Amino acid sequence: MKYVDEFRDGGLARNLAASIAVEVQPGRSYSFMEFCGGHTHAISRYGVADLLPPNVRMIHGPGCPVCVLPIGRVDMAIELALRHGVILCTYADTVRIPASDHLSLLKAKARGADVRMVYSAADALALAQQQPERQVVFFAIGFETTTPPTAVVIKQAQALGLKNFSVLCCHVLTPSAISNILESPEVRQYGTVPLDGFIGPAHVSTIIGSRPYEFFAEEYRKPVVIAGFEPLDVMQAILMLVRQVNQGRCDVENEFARAVSRDGNLKAQNLVAEVFELRREFEWRGLGLVPYSALRIRAAFAEFDAEKRFPLSYRTVADNKACECGAILRGVKRPWDCKLFGTVCTPESPMGSCMVSSEGACAAHYTYGRYKNMEMVNP
Amino acid sequence: MSEVRKGYVRALDIKQGRVDMSHGSGGRAMAQLIEELFARAFDNEFLRQGNDGALLPPPGSGRLVMATDSHVVSPLFFPGGDIGCLSVHGTINDVAVMGAKPLYLSAGFILEEGFPLADLQRIVQSMAAAAKEAGVPIVTGDTKVVEQGKGDGVFITTTGVGVVPEGVELSGDRARPGDRILVSGTLGDHGMAIMAQRESLGFSSAIVSDTAALHELIATVLATDADIRVLRDPTRGGLATTLNEIAKQSQVGMMLQEPAIPVHPEVAAACEFLGLDPLYVANEGKLVLIVAEPDAERVLAALRSHPLGRNAADVGSVHADPQHFVQMTTGFGGRRIVDWLSGEQLPRIC
Repeated sequence: MKYVDEFRDGGLARNLAASIAVEVQPGRSYSFMEFCGGHTHAISRYGVADLLPPNVRMIHGPGCPVCVLPIGRVDMAIELALRHGVILCTYADTVRIPASDHLSLLKAKARGADVRMVYSAADALALAQQQPERQVVFFAIGFETTTPPTAVVIKQAQALGLKNFSVLCCHVLTPSAISNILESPEVRQYGTVPLDGFIGPAHVSTIIGSRPYEFFAEEYRKPVVIAGFEPLDVMQAILMLVRQVNQGRCDVENEFARAVSRDGNLKAQNLVAEVFELRREFEWRGLGLVPYSALRIRAAFAEFDAEKRFPLSYRTVADNKACECGAILRGVKRPWDCKLFGTVCTPESPMGSCMVSSEGACAAHYTYGRYKNMEMVNP
Repeated sequence: MSEVRKGYVRALDIKQGRVDMSHGSGGRAMAQLIEELFARAFDNEFLRQGNDGALLPPPGSGRLVMATDSHVVSPLFFPGGDIGCLSVHGTINDVAVMGAKPLYLSAGFILEEGFPLADLQRIVQSMAAAAKEAGVPIVTGDTKVVEQGKGDGVFITTTGVGVVPEGVELSGDRARPGDRILVSGTLGDHGMAIMAQRESLGFSSAIVSDTAALHELIATVLATDADIRVLRDPTRGGLATTLNEIAKQSQVGMMLQEPAIPVHPEVAAACEFLGLDPLYVANEGKLVLIVAEPDAERVLAALRSHPLGRNAADVGSVHADPQHFVQMTTGFGGRRIVDWLSGEQLPRIC
């Protein structure tokens, strides 16, 4: 595949691996967090970690929209579908998130809830147009990448005067989550999460640009390299981070210059600002209540806000006691530190959200890398 | 002088007509549907017996193989085929991968009230053509009708019977360390052809389903007298699932070489676009073979000599592994597990 295979070239990967091996200083350790689930997936799927020296450690961050969605929000979606009889449209991974009462959207579907998997917000809007007699709710999750399309359908619904379409808005913001991690006691006080730098998001940064990360580089003295989701992008970003650490620099560098500019996509940003406003706080799985970390629909579009159209209330639900998703999402623990990992918690029957999405740290490790914790046969 | 005219039954209105509840009631309407639609298309000496079951001659020698497969594909018509030919190919392949010569098929239909007779005829004719081309007659069948909303147009279950000659021993537990893993062609064509048809995806492609009867290709391969351990058709769950099943049954590990695995560029691009892995996407006309290493070259040549095996490739090897992992050396140079499919990649594709 043209323009894809070039970023997965094994020969170039070996060259980059050799450069990284030459530049890392023996006796020094390098810990980098890849914020995005997309990077986590690429690292696991292509075996990037196999190509790194032992003193370079990658820490998986919380940038997986399915993983950080708290149980209480999934409960709201299930309530909409089961109790209010709406057609609930959602991105596919979301249907498998375990929620309260041993339910998930998939299990609610088996109990008669009308849950539809869609590929875009526009599909949900089209469904509402086709079925004017039914209430259609789009379960909007995701970071800054998926927010502009949600803004578009809300504006379209308003222009069309639709009375049967609304959005359960769960959009969250990347910079607030990064701040939260940098402010966490594990990073600031105890040093249990050594963090020498970040690989910055790919798709999110196409929207918000590289400017928002400048604060982290300056204020927290952490280098950031924005990178694409292909494995060579990740290797190149690691090399750039190693160089910054060695030189004592804390800059925002952009490896993904083919798609990301400093200012980002202004049109999309304006659209989002027109339709959404900041929530004072929002619960994240793993991070808890994070101030100003999510969006809600502005009053001017209130009739398309499912939380206003239907009598819904949010209730915080605790994770399973033994589930380490929270600590894993903060980089404090690794999947194999969790007692549930690979025993009662597997991709077939996930207990925690990190095992649900293929971008989740647990699912990625289980699917592609769990052999590393076992004695493997090398044919 | 008046004359009582012979009972006149108006022919089925194939163009405008639809299936109604009377077509499953056991009465005249059902007899007419069977007569004018099914029997006419499938016609053969066994079906003509007209009894509840088909009376078949016993096979001379060998062992009987029987396999059954239900088909609920949506959409019913897709590039490269439809539910009709798919239901014939699927069951013939299940019989043939046992090393058997497929002899007879049965066909059970569950029709939804309101289903257009024109579509039903198209499906039945496609089945008849597939059965004829394969040389495997449909010798008995059944039709039921369910109320509107309780089916999805048409579901078809086919059962196949065949005979394995003495001396042919194929089984999922026969893979041994050192064996080679071969595939008969590009992977993921059927699943992606179906996926591309889903209107909600809004992309068009030239991907065509690979649905085909594999018994002749299999006969060509068996004729080489090579030591073939396992034959499978990697349908639902794709190559990855089939290999994991074999690895578990045979208690062995496997190592695939990603660059050697044939994938049509359009399928690779569509998979990339949708975030799918072609190794998990369904095939309906492909073969996976586990072959003793010394015979692998010969079997590969035999596969490539047949039109359905043109793109055959040697994609990896079997080794001892108490954990029965299927692993893959990626084109990138790393190594990863090729795990069982978790959840569902595509809904209802066969």
